[in-house]
Amino acid sequence: MIPEALSPDARAWLAIAGMALATYLTRASGLLLSSRLSLGPRGQAFLAALPGSILTAIVAPAVLASGPVEGLASLLTVAVAAKWRNLPLAMFAGVAAVFALRLLLV
Amino acid sequence: MNDASYTLAGLRRGFSDCLAPALGVFVYGLVFGVLSRQAGLSDAQALCMSAFVYAGASQLLAMDLWGPGLDVAAVVLTTLVVNLRHVLMGAAVAPWCGPLGPARAYGTVFLMADENWATSMAAYARGERDWAHMAGGGLAVWSAWLLATGLGRLLTGNLADPAALGLDFAFTAVFLALLTGFWRGRADLPPWLVAGAASLAVWAFLPGKWYILAGGLAGSLAAALRPAQGRGAA
Repeated sequence: MIPEALSPDARAWLAIAGMALATYLTRASGLLLSSRLSLGPRGQAFLAALPGSILTAIVAPAVLASGPVEGLASLLTVAVAAKWRNLPLAMFAGVAAVFALRLLLV
Repeated sequence: MNDASYTLAGLRRGFSDCLAPALGVFVYGLVFGVLSRQAGLSDAQALCMSAFVYAGASQLLAMDLWGPGLDVAAVVLTTLVVNLRHVLMGAAVAPWCGPLGPARAYGTVFLMADENWATSMAAYARGERDWAHMAGGGLAVWSAWLLATGLGRLLTGNLADPAALGLDFAFTAVFLALLTGFWRGRADLPPWLVAGAASLAVWAFLPGKWYILAGGLAGSLAAALRPAQGRGAA
């Protein structure tokens, strides 16, 4: 698909261009499709569940298969995020927990 | 009835209605700036990505996939899937901007992000019919996102060893926090369990980052195939 010979820099720019195009397509296609497609309840449920499912898929290996430090820090991150609804704060709490737990446990 | 308009006054209203959400986007953009440097993007690459892709979750996700052996197809495909929610958002604004012609409709949706979409849809419910409201809110969010990307990179310019400070966990922490925000109730649990199980299985047996797409699609399929009464009102 993508020639292996491309330099890392060229690949990065190609990826950025592709991401920009893909994202604009998602923004525009709703307008285009709305007149000719009505999404059933199953289709809507599929789209609605996408963000949460994707995020779960991203974190599953890191949370469940890295070790006790990452597992414990994940629990703390979720607790902080649920309580304060603040992304930077939750990120800071998770990173601080990993830092501290590595000093203690590893 | 066709009472949609597109004026400078509407643009200004949208911009000021979106200042508070834009502040939240700004903080989020600082996080992207920090992570983009850690992932190895140059200044120009990070700023171009924020300017032209302009979609927070998918950009953060791409940072997780970034590296010397970057799989371009995987990054683009994952971005497409993460941003599929835009299709629903676009369908929702079609009755508003449709009558104004393709240039204003398709030009303005470039600036449509979660925050200004929500703000403008709330304004539409109150009786706002000026489609430039979406563009104004989008300009507030877009400039906050771009400025914060640059600032986030400036702030972490000379950080020695990220892993020693636990910063390698920053990605996971950000995604966990985002995921927590998507929790709407117990109905979310089955698709997320399916997503997690599929992700772990693919991660264990396939190289690369395909476990993200596999888990995401498996979880969403589980949500779509669930019997209607279990799906909830949302």
